[in-house]
Parts: sequence; C-alpha cells; structure tokens
Amino acid sequence: MEIIDPHIIIQPEDTDKVYTTLNLGPTHPATHGIFQNILTMDGEIIIDAEQTVGYIHRAFEKIAEHRPYYQIKPLTDRMNYCSSPINNLGWDLTVEKLLGIKTTKKIDYMRIIIMELARISDHLICNSVIGVDSGALTGFTYVFQEREAIYEIYEEMCGARLTTNLGRIGGFERDFSPAAITKLRDLLKRLPNVLREFEKLLSRNRIFMDRTIHVGGISAERALNYGFTGPNLRAAGVDYDVRVMNPYSSYNDFDFIIPTGTQGDTYDRFCVREEEMWQSIKLITNALENMPEGSWHVDIPGIFLPPKEKVYSSMEALIYHFKIVMGEIGMPAGEVYNAVEGGNGELGFYLVSDGGRTPYRLHFRRPSFIYYQAFPEMIKGSVLSDAILTMSSMNIIAGELDA
Amino acid sequence: MEENKEIIEIIRGKFGSDIVESETDGDMPSVTVTSGSVYSIISFLKNDASAGYEFLTDLCGIHYPDNKLPLGVIYHLHNLRNNMRLRIKTFVPVECPEVDSLTPLFSAANWMERETFDFYGIRFRWHPNLKRILNVEYLDIFPMRKEYPLEDPTREDKDNRFFGR
Repeated sequence: MEIIDPHIIIQPEDTDKVYTTLNLGPTHPATHGIFQNILTMDGEIIIDAEQTVGYIHRAFEKIAEHRPYYQIKPLTDRMNYCSSPINNLGWDLTVEKLLGIKTTKKIDYMRIIIMELARISDHLICNSVIGVDSGALTGFTYVFQEREAIYEIYEEMCGARLTTNLGRIGGFERDFSPAAITKLRDLLKRLPNVLREFEKLLSRNRIFMDRTIHVGGISAERALNYGFTGPNLRAAGVDYDVRVMNPYSSYNDFDFIIPTGTQGDTYDRFCVREEEMWQSIKLITNALENMPEGSWHVDIPGIFLPPKEKVYSSMEALIYHFKIVMGEIGMPAGEVYNAVEGGNGELGFYLVSDGGRTPYRLHFRRPSFIYYQAFPEMIKGSVLSDAILTMSSMNIIAGELDA
Repeated sequence: MEENKEIIEIIRGKFGSDIVESETDGDMPSVTVTSGSVYSIISFLKNDASAGYEFLTDLCGIHYPDNKLPLGVIYHLHNLRNNMRLRIKTFVPVECPEVDSLTPLFSAANWMERETFDFYGIRFRWHPNLKRILNVEYLDIFPMRKEYPLEDPTREDKDNRFFGR
C-alpha cells in the first residue's frame, strides 16, 4: 500500500514573512479539556505548535504518599474520567500484585466485564467526538444514549456514575445485582445494532473519509519512539496490547483480536477503536456466559474490607474495618510496576512501598501525558481544522494528562 | 523469564564498573547504575541486537532523604519483541542532581524528564527544553521531595495520626 506523507514540506524561512500566533485553548470547545496549544501559523498552515499543560494538575502523586492504600482509589478515577473503572481496577491489581494475592476466576471475569464496559464507553465518546469535530453531530447523540446505559450499569454495580470508585482491593463489595445483569444483557442486545448504525454513518462516509484519511499520521517507528501505546500505537501498525502481552485478570482465558491499522492516521485510529468495541462486546458476552461460581472477594481479613452488615454485628469485622480504613494493615515492603490496558493505552502504576501505611512513592504512567508530546510533530504542515481532528482522535483526556 | 536475567549478565559484562547493584527477585530485573553511565547503558540496551529494549515505558523520580545519594531516577524499559521488562535506577546527590537526558534516544523522554525536573529538581543535561511542565513556572520549590509537606505544616487543629497518615 502506498503511504502518503501528509505533511507539506515547509520552505526555508523567509525573513519578511509574518507568522500569526494562534492560541488554541486553554478553554476552547474543540480541545475537549483544559490545555493550551500555541500555534504558529502561516495563513491556514501550522508551522509550529507548543503545548502548555498542567491546568488541572491536582498533585495526585503527592496526595497518594499521604493516603492509606484504600483511600488512593478515588484519586485514580479522576485521571481518565471517561474510563474510570479501568483505573480503579488497575489500582486494585497493583496492590494485589504487591501483596501477592491470587484472585478467584469469578473476580477476574467480573473485572473483565467492567473494564471492557469502560473501554466501550471511552471509545464511544472518542469516536463520536471525531465525528462531531468533522461536522457530524448525529452519531454523537446516538451513541451517548448507550454510554448512558453503561453508566446505569455502573450505578447498579457501585452506586456511582462518573467517578466510580468501583471494586475493592481483593475483589468487589458485592456480586452483580440481578438488575445489573438484566441491564447488561439488554445493552449487549442493543449495542451491536447501535454500533452498526454508527458505522454506517461514518465509516464509509465520503466526507468523513476525506477529512480523516492521511490526517495526523504517524509512522510506527516514531510512534514507538514517542512511547505511544493503546489504540494510537495499534493504528500505526504495532500490535502491542497489555491484555495479551502481560495478561492480567485472566484475559488469557478469552480469544479476541487485536485490531491494527497501517498508516497511523485519524481514520485508522477511528477504525481501530471501532473494532476494539466489537471485541469488547465479544469479551463481555463470553465472560458473562462463562461466569464461574464462587466468591466475589478473597477471604483475607485485614485486606478485604468486611461487609457492612458484619461491621455492625461482629467485633472482628469492626476491628478490621477500622484498621483497613485507617491504613493500619501490614503492607510488605517492595516495588512493583503493574500495567493495565486503559482506554488510551498502557496505564501503569509504579508503586514503591517501605512497609508503611501509605505508599512511599506512587507514579502513574499516564498514556495521554506521554503521547500528547507528539502532537506538534503530527500536525506540522497541516491545516488548523485537521489539527483539531487529530487532537480528538488521539483521545487526550485532560484529567489523565495532568494527574 | 530466564532470558530476562541474562540481560543483567550482559550489562555486567559490558559495564561492570558502572553497576552499583542488581536484583532479579522482584517483578522485573532491576539494575542500579552510576549516574554518569545511564545514557551509555540505555543506549546500548536500545540499539544493541542482543538487548533490544527499544521502548521507554516510564521515567520517574524518587527521593530518599536519608540516603547518601538521595535523589533517584527510575527508568522502565520494555523489550517488545521478547516481552521483557527491565528497571534501571540511578541516584544523584541533592547538591548536584544531574543526569544525562535520554531525549536523543527516545522522544518520549522529553516530557517525562520535564516532569521529573518539575517535581524533584533533577536536571537532565542536554535536554532541549528543560522547564517546568505541570506546575507554574515561578514555583521555587520541588514539591515531590519529601521535605515538603502535603498540607500547611503550621496547622494545629488537626492531628494527622487520626487521619490515616
């Protein structure tokens, strides 16, 4: 296949030429978040770009050094707020890795269902927003209904919608309720049709294809050099997926395809995300059908928060409840790096514990932060409207960018 | 996993005097190296065919105030072909916290090094644009160092022992 370099070669600098500086952001409807791009423009063509980030920096890494392990989870769901359950469960998996806890198959399968639901809701937003930025608002309003349905399922599982704080270290607070299962089955029945309809709107739409093919492309080599992971890297043609490379939470029990693109452009990113949603539906269906019997939490007192009714009636449960919430549980000293496949790529947690009640150091590897630095290189030589499409197709989430 | 341990032998054979410590028990092999040799070791790991660690997963700082070399930089490398991960650590004194920048090897290191500089004050030599990234530019402290408390230290109405800290 012929690979066309989308970048226009810029002529040697003409000293008489006057360039325009354009501030795209910090609060601009097209940035979908608070971050600034200072563009140097020659007419409509972007010559250079510089990003300013950190507008919603909340010092999560510093706060995490002062919070017991149980109180860190609410910080994680404020990072990538489009797929917060993945962050929550990623944190659980990290602490479990430090503690050496082996979870039951039931927990793993429940986690897979939740993480794949989160991936669908993340990709639905990203892909429909690419549509919005290229002028097709209809698809966005269609799929937002399904995102709402996914949030209702979260609500049945944990009571919250956006900042979910879902799950616990060592399992879940409760089994999926019958209402959650019903809603999940309804969604699985409806979603393929919605996705098909959405794809009919955009995938082979001439205007959409003209707007996205060869726009904001990056080669596989440059993408790897820039630390791309997730759908953005796969669109460039590298089939790296943490779920397959380092299977966590029993992902190796399931059979699914890693979609890859060839050119790494906006259209490829759109298609990769689209196919990932189909794979996620398949994974959820399989996990739900093959859901094993068993406990939804590990029985390790001192690690797993006891059920509330026991806290009110049993002394041991009350003591453990207090100790866990106050961070008086014994944590082993050590360091672990644990990665999960987040909505945007490899979401890593580097945790150093000195045996104290709080982590000694916790670093979040935030995929958005790492690949957003490639943005100037991807848009140089293109026109402003293409830069906006490139940005929305990279799915940069301001909360994750700034942590 | 066995191959994964071999890489430490390879590094030890090539850069023997620069290796301070190595460990293979954790979740991935970990090597502590002198700050002067970081660039050459990671360059070797990236470019040499016997190593092939061509993906920089993560780069972050750490602060151990009681150590002789308190400030550290931790690199996580990934060999995508054989799926092996490797952790490289280096420690520098607080008076002269300087490490060579990895930006010539990995474009991804640019912002990660700026973040490490921003929070720990570790300066990366030959970095193209070493300035603060997440904090405001006029901040005169490095907030992730352990001596900076999370909250106002003069506060007396709250006993942190009762808040799980």
